[in-house]
Amino acid sequence: MTIRTEPMTVNVGPQHPSTHGVFRVRITFDGEDIVEVEPVLGYLHRGTEKLAEERNYVQVVTLTDRLDYTSSMINNQAYCLAVEQLLGIEPPPRGKYLRTLAAELQRIASHLIAVGFFVQELGAFGTPLMYTFRSRERILDLFEMLCGARITVSYMRPGGVFSDAPTDFWPALDQFLDDFEGELEEIENLLLNNEILMVRTRGVSPLPADVAINCSVSGPVLRASGINWDWRKMAPYDAYDQVEFDVPVGNTGDNYDRFWVRMQEVRQSLRIVRQCIAQIEPGPVRLELPMVLRAEPGAEAYGRVEASKGELGFFLVSDGGVSPYRCKIRSPSLINLTITEHLLLGWKLADMIVSLGSVDINMGEVDR
Amino acid sequence: MTLAAIPGETLARRLQEATPDAVVEWDDAAVWVRPEAMASVAAFLHDDPDIDFAFLNAISAIDFVEHFELVYHLMSLAKEHTGVVRSRVYGREEPTAASVVNVWKGADFQEREIWDLMGIRFTGHPNMKRIMLWEGFDGHPLRKDFL
Amino acid sequence: MNGCHLDPQGALGGNPLFALIFNVAAYVLPCWLAFVIAGLVIMLILINAVLLGAAIVSWGERRLLGRFQNRVGPNRWGPFGALQPIADLAKLITKEDIIPYGADRLAFTAVPVIMVASLLVATAVIPFAKDVALVDLNVGVLFILAVSSLTSIAIFTAGWASNNRYALFGAGRAVAVLISYEVPVVLSLLGVVIVAGSMSLGDIVVAQAVPFFLVQPLAFFVFLAGMSAELNRTPFDVAEAESEIIAGYHTEYSGIKFALIQAAEFGGALFVSGLIATLFLAGWAGPVADWLGWLWFLIKTFIGIFLFVWIRSTFPRLRLDQIMTVCWKFLMPLSFINLAVVTLEVYFLRDASGALSTADLWIMTAINIPVAVVSIAFFGWIIRQKVRDSSRTTAAASPVVRGVSTIEVG
Repeated sequence: MTIRTEPMTVNVGPQHPSTHGVFRVRITFDGEDIVEVEPVLGYLHRGTEKLAEERNYVQVVTLTDRLDYTSSMINNQAYCLAVEQLLGIEPPPRGKYLRTLAAELQRIASHLIAVGFFVQELGAFGTPLMYTFRSRERILDLFEMLCGARITVSYMRPGGVFSDAPTDFWPALDQFLDDFEGELEEIENLLLNNEILMVRTRGVSPLPADVAINCSVSGPVLRASGINWDWRKMAPYDAYDQVEFDVPVGNTGDNYDRFWVRMQEVRQSLRIVRQCIAQIEPGPVRLELPMVLRAEPGAEAYGRVEASKGELGFFLVSDGGVSPYRCKIRSPSLINLTITEHLLLGWKLADMIVSLGSVDINMGEVDR
Repeated sequence: MTLAAIPGETLARRLQEATPDAVVEWDDAAVWVRPEAMASVAAFLHDDPDIDFAFLNAISAIDFVEHFELVYHLMSLAKEHTGVVRSRVYGREEPTAASVVNVWKGADFQEREIWDLMGIRFTGHPNMKRIMLWEGFDGHPLRKDFL
Repeated sequence: MNGCHLDPQGALGGNPLFALIFNVAAYVLPCWLAFVIAGLVIMLILINAVLLGAAIVSWGERRLLGRFQNRVGPNRWGPFGALQPIADLAKLITKEDIIPYGADRLAFTAVPVIMVASLLVATAVIPFAKDVALVDLNVGVLFILAVSSLTSIAIFTAGWASNNRYALFGAGRAVAVLISYEVPVVLSLLGVVIVAGSMSLGDIVVAQAVPFFLVQPLAFFVFLAGMSAELNRTPFDVAEAESEIIAGYHTEYSGIKFALIQAAEFGGALFVSGLIATLFLAGWAGPVADWLGWLWFLIKTFIGIFLFVWIRSTFPRLRLDQIMTVCWKFLMPLSFINLAVVTLEVYFLRDASGALSTADLWIMTAINIPVAVVSIAFFGWIIRQKVRDSSRTTAAASPVVRGVSTIEVG
């Protein structure tokens, strides 16, 4: 006797506990196996690029906070680099170091969220998530000392950062770094060699290097596929040419590698932060610039950074006015989603959530 | 260390050999090609061993009112250099360009986004639907005449 | 005296509390009515005790989880937040009771009732202290297995009646897991029954001169794992995996129905912990004072609950196919080994009347613990390979495109 079965289409999202916001993917299942995938985007579209055309160059910084709200510092940095490139200016050294330091702290915070939710999606009931959030909260506290805000920081400005760190910031940072060593070790002990985590993620949804390149994937996902490409090394910006760090690279690009690369990058970021503290010297943090910036008519700049999700680029075009004529945002989360179909097809429902989590998207950045 | 950028002139010369009458003009930074030739230009840039643009960083569309401009930021991972290819698209009713999605899969969402927000159609794209806004939305918001 | 007689051999005759109520009521009421009244009273006591226990477990579990996760847990309402379950209940009762469009109303409504009912009925045979069980059935173990497997029907009905695809996923998964894990659980209980020589839970407690988790560590292990799966707890909680299928079969339940399902789940945890205490930890038997039996029983039950919470807060979830692999290729062989070893030991050690002495139990302990360690290690090693293989279906190392990786994957 043959049993007649029929495929079942399920809308996963936009309201689902683990689609990282309002991501929606229409999936056709045959039993538990995925046979068809279609991502549906746009639930968080706010028209950031259009809004940027109505604001002056400094005001746009506040818009960038709201892109990937788990790594606002890095968004600020990318935008400010693009404006500086457009105007042909360079921030003073202390400003560069403060930016690097803040960006690396933000990268730690962002990766902690990624790892925490990744394991949460594997079904660990909250414990690893709480461990990672404990450390992330302390980073947000540090940001609050720097600029008064925790998420929407708007700390950086074209030409530097908006103000120097307060004196009690440095002891607090040292205290955090010392504590975090132990906390990170705790998280690593809990997760890195966890047998269930291994059997659930190793060999699942591998991403070959050629597919990754062809799909313009960037960031930890690209490196997990075995490609040693990090914009902080390839085209150093701010103080990254002054610090030493390694680039963790995976080999098969499976879910475990993506998770593993992030865990290692947290360690490397920690190294960078320590070097920044050692190397930073007193001085101005921001260039003296006019209140309203104007670029040459026809000037263009493409500023890019290695954000926590991948290559974040701002393509600015000026018409000589006070605001950008066009502000295109190359968002890593959106472009990394190109591989959704490749990652999910043929795998099971339970792997789907984990694979999406391993790409680490942020809907604020996908929809903009 | 920074990545070397291939000058527009070099790109233009290579392109003129491979795909005649695709190139419109060039300057130091970029080369302009005709939008309908973009697919063959992309295939050449991707496959040529010296240029080897295997990675498409970004496609940007700019509305200059009298024409649209597409900007392709490209790079080679192996050769560690970058390049910029641009294309002017004329007409406001139904501007079209050739899709590069068959060469770079990474162009998929970006071309859909440009169609959605800027209103440039890409011929040869397998799924030319709106991506951010819903089907039936009136107009293309990133155009300068959309208020 | 009124002339009513209670048959001491009858189902409820052995229960002293029942006899007391019956005799008092029989002074003023006809015999049949006194019997009914006594039955209702004693059932009410049990039902309230179990539901109150479920409420306490829900609070205790949340507090414990909080401690495991570096946070406090519910602590605002009442001492240490102990009144939290009442607040939750008040909230759930006053919420709108939603039945989704297209749902099968009757089946949808019946499910929470069936779940709670099967839990309560199963609890009837657990001896909470010496001679304190609602009814000490001579087929107690069989009764529990039969009644508690009603849950799988209820869960499938819930998934089917909800008209929700996530619920359907959950129901399909739950039925697969529940039915598969029934087999090793039954086999492990068979070992217990063979050694105790009885299916009555009271007799099984009495037979544990040496607690059975020492005599049959393998059966204990299999039972614990199997019950984790039957309770839908990590690492086997695929049926209500909240990160994948929202809440599984009870996605669409709200208000009082949701409260009942939650009560059935937490009550289930309590029931299973009590069962573990009874079957493997010698139930109400304690080091001193038989009249303190309820205390020993509570302590042992708490150990079971703590174990479940600990496991839940530590492990990620396995995939459905991996859970099946663990069941059929790991727990099944273990329970067969246990059954074979125990049967042989009982065959050779028993005396003429077929009973086992305490010394015999210690001999079995000495043999079975090494057997358990070796076989768990061996099958654990095999299952590791199998589970790993099953997850490596398409993985093939892709060429490294460029560059020297500074760190290699471990």
